[in-house]
Amino acid sequence: MSNVSERIELLEHGVDMSDALRTIGTPAVAETGESASEVVFDLRQLSVFYGDFRAVRDGTLEIRDHEITAFIGPSGCGKTTMLRCINRMNDFIPTARVEGQVLYHGVDLYDPAVNSTEVRRRIGMVFQKPNPFPKSIYDNVAYGPRLLGVKKRSQLDEVVERSLKGAALWDEVKDRLKESGLGLSGGQQQRLCIARAIAVEPDVILMDEPCSALDPIATGRIEELMAEMKDDYTIVIVTHNMQQAARVSDRTAFFTTEVNPESDRRTGILVEYDRTDKMFSNPTDQRTEDYVTGRFG
Amino acid sequence: MGLMTPSRAGETAAETVRAGITKKDRDVAGMVMLIALLFAMILTLLALFALLAQVVSESASLLADRGLDFVTSPIGSDPDKIGIWSGLFGTVVIGVMVLVVAIPMGVAAAIYLEEYAHQDNRLTRTIMVNIRNLAGVPAVIYGVLGFIIFTQWLSPVTGGKSAIAAGLTMAVLVLPIVVITSMEAIRAVPSGLRDAGYGIGASRWETIRDHVLPYAAPGILTGTVLSIARALGEAAPLIIIGAVTGLLPETSLTGFFSAVPILIYQWTGRSQPPNSEFSFTESAAAAGLVLLIIVFLFNAAAIYLRNRFERKRAGQ
Amino acid sequence: MRFLFQGAAITTMVISALILFVLARGTLSFLVQIDWDISKLSDTGWFPRRERFDLRTIIVGSVIMGSVAMLVAVPLGLGVAIYLSEYARPGVRRVLKPIIEVLAGVPSVIVGYFVLRFIAPDLVASIFQPTNVRNMLAAGIGIGILVIPIMASVSEDALRAVPDSLREASYGVGARKITTVTKVVIPAAVSGLVAAFIIAISRAIGETMVATMAGGFDGSGPFTGYSPLESGLTMTAAMTNAVGGTDQDVGGASFEVLYFVGMFLFLITIILNVLGDRLVKRIRHQY
Repeated sequence: MSNVSERIELLEHGVDMSDALRTIGTPAVAETGESASEVVFDLRQLSVFYGDFRAVRDGTLEIRDHEITAFIGPSGCGKTTMLRCINRMNDFIPTARVEGQVLYHGVDLYDPAVNSTEVRRRIGMVFQKPNPFPKSIYDNVAYGPRLLGVKKRSQLDEVVERSLKGAALWDEVKDRLKESGLGLSGGQQQRLCIARAIAVEPDVILMDEPCSALDPIATGRIEELMAEMKDDYTIVIVTHNMQQAARVSDRTAFFTTEVNPESDRRTGILVEYDRTDKMFSNPTDQRTEDYVTGRFG
Repeated sequence: MGLMTPSRAGETAAETVRAGITKKDRDVAGMVMLIALLFAMILTLLALFALLAQVVSESASLLADRGLDFVTSPIGSDPDKIGIWSGLFGTVVIGVMVLVVAIPMGVAAAIYLEEYAHQDNRLTRTIMVNIRNLAGVPAVIYGVLGFIIFTQWLSPVTGGKSAIAAGLTMAVLVLPIVVITSMEAIRAVPSGLRDAGYGIGASRWETIRDHVLPYAAPGILTGTVLSIARALGEAAPLIIIGAVTGLLPETSLTGFFSAVPILIYQWTGRSQPPNSEFSFTESAAAAGLVLLIIVFLFNAAAIYLRNRFERKRAGQ
Repeated sequence: MRFLFQGAAITTMVISALILFVLARGTLSFLVQIDWDISKLSDTGWFPRRERFDLRTIIVGSVIMGSVAMLVAVPLGLGVAIYLSEYARPGVRRVLKPIIEVLAGVPSVIVGYFVLRFIAPDLVASIFQPTNVRNMLAAGIGIGILVIPIMASVSEDALRAVPDSLREASYGVGARKITTVTKVVIPAAVSGLVAAFIIAISRAIGETMVATMAGGFDGSGPFTGYSPLESGLTMTAAMTNAVGGTDQDVGGASFEVLYFVGMFLFLITIILNVLGDRLVKRIRHQY
């Protein structure tokens, strides 16, 4: 505790404490007693291969409870690949292979004893293009709870209402729950997908460029929603919009690509991971600074 | 954590998580489903193999004994001497007529519908619906059509119940399929290619001839091959037109005709004369084997062409 | 050049018109031959030479044989489609799909031969006690085998048309594969699956050679009831039977019933095909 407040004081006085806070290449050790938050995910030396090709290498970072962590970087740098490791969505790609560890509350998600379906129940995902089922709004949200055996109408009603409220969609759709989810606007569909995800009460929600298919107004509403959701969930968001990362996230991880000298293909790497305010005002690595100031990317 | 994840009192988050996600999942329903699907797949394959086994096993000794002689002999009443020659002649004529009549007409119609016609036009849409309906009309009905049109109305030209009439009938039968597959092949041509043609001042026909058709050629070829394979295997329309079921002394374009599928139909189940070594049914099996080989060769050619077509598309 | 191509396209319309004309004229001629006596159409059986054309016989024949065929083709065809679309690995699929297409290419005469030489005697007759070795069950199974590939192919197209994003959404919420397949993919593909079903029925009803060779009627016979273990006459087999042989060109009712039944068959298959076609269009538009 005292370490942290000391460091913050020093920061405020302009002292560069980047060495202490930088976590590149260092398996981040959870600071005991840090009041900020508990570590939910501990990624250690995570690499993802598609066949022989290493798409991203040696990702090491910690994701903290009740925070919004953003992954930013140019296209092809592996940020989405990294995200999809966290809920084992990469399992569906036949050639994908993972090295390293993803510790979730201390449990390695890639341990053979772990049931990936259960993982995905606790770690929800919202995708780039809204993908509601061609079912009613009610059935979209109730899908998850029904999977878990909730059958009683009254219970389902309650979960659906709670989830839609949590996604800031209830007022707009409460009178038309039986209508198809596909009839909503893009922004509403995405909020429906968020409601669907939170209906199973995950503790983490992963978002893969959730606003890239939406207009600015819808984007704004979802960003507001994310700020509210932070109280109940841990959120990890991939975004190619740096300003968005700067607006919503507590911590930011910057990825880029480097050319593999042997194969001439680009592999993604984690460059820097830190509190968002620092990443954008005073980053340690030159590459980060180039990216956030728009010099490239 | 609420309704969905009960945790026992006193557990840390890590312990709850570990208990939850290492829960053994006995997915009974999933296993049952997979077994049922595999069962369906296996049964289907078995049916095919049983069919092939039946044909091969029943034709083996006859073909081993008589070999090429079987292919070159005419039909008759002695199973030890008969062969499929008359049928082969008819089948070849049918194949040639499909190639010469149905393919050019079908491709021409496809060119019109894809390149010239206005897509929202009522006439165009009617033609399209009509073609799709024709593709689904049972083969027998085409037989009735061929009987009236080709063996009666056009008998001065075709010679009545002849191989030519049969060929024309089959050409009409496969025409809708040729049109549909050619349309798909032409539709797959990227519009950039057409733009390039028009851009340097080529006329519509010139662009089609020099750019669209060459690109669509493999797809059209695939459709052609599949159509011919289909035409060669049909028997029902030929029965209606009046294929010969007894003796056929000589083969000619305008005289009575037969075809390999008709021979199989005739010979299956016909009783074996007392003194012959082989039976009519074995001859049917042998003819069946020949027909299967012909049809499989065509289908294999079509699959090969289609793979080349798809690779070309992916590569460009 | 344009008019050449347009002419080719218009020819297809001419073909349809000719089919209708030929069938209609023949139907009229047939009805005249039987003196418009409709009672001849609902009699004891199918005895063309005695001018007994019991429609019930051929309709029941087509329906029962078609039903047996669908009982074979739907589970197997759908099973193959679901397996290839949702479960099979790409390498496995690359091998199995061509094999299914091989089955699709088998000429129906040969399936007729197969029914007569194996399915009827060794399968059906040894398990059941049919009245005749050639019966509607055996023939129906043969027709079913013929129809499996089309059922599988259209169904598979419908399933693959369901976008992967829906599957991802389902897995993302923690569903297992079987739940995803049964509660998300199949419901989303339903109109295409129904189209496959209708197209398959149309093919089954239009199938001629197996019905003629293995149905059990040799030109004529009494109505034998509704059991698949009896012999049966389909509309299509009635047509081939009407033709009879090379020498038969008689203008009598026993020949001209060809047109009458043909008209019936034509109308039924057109209706089924239009229905199926509309549904197939819906798969394309939904996504």
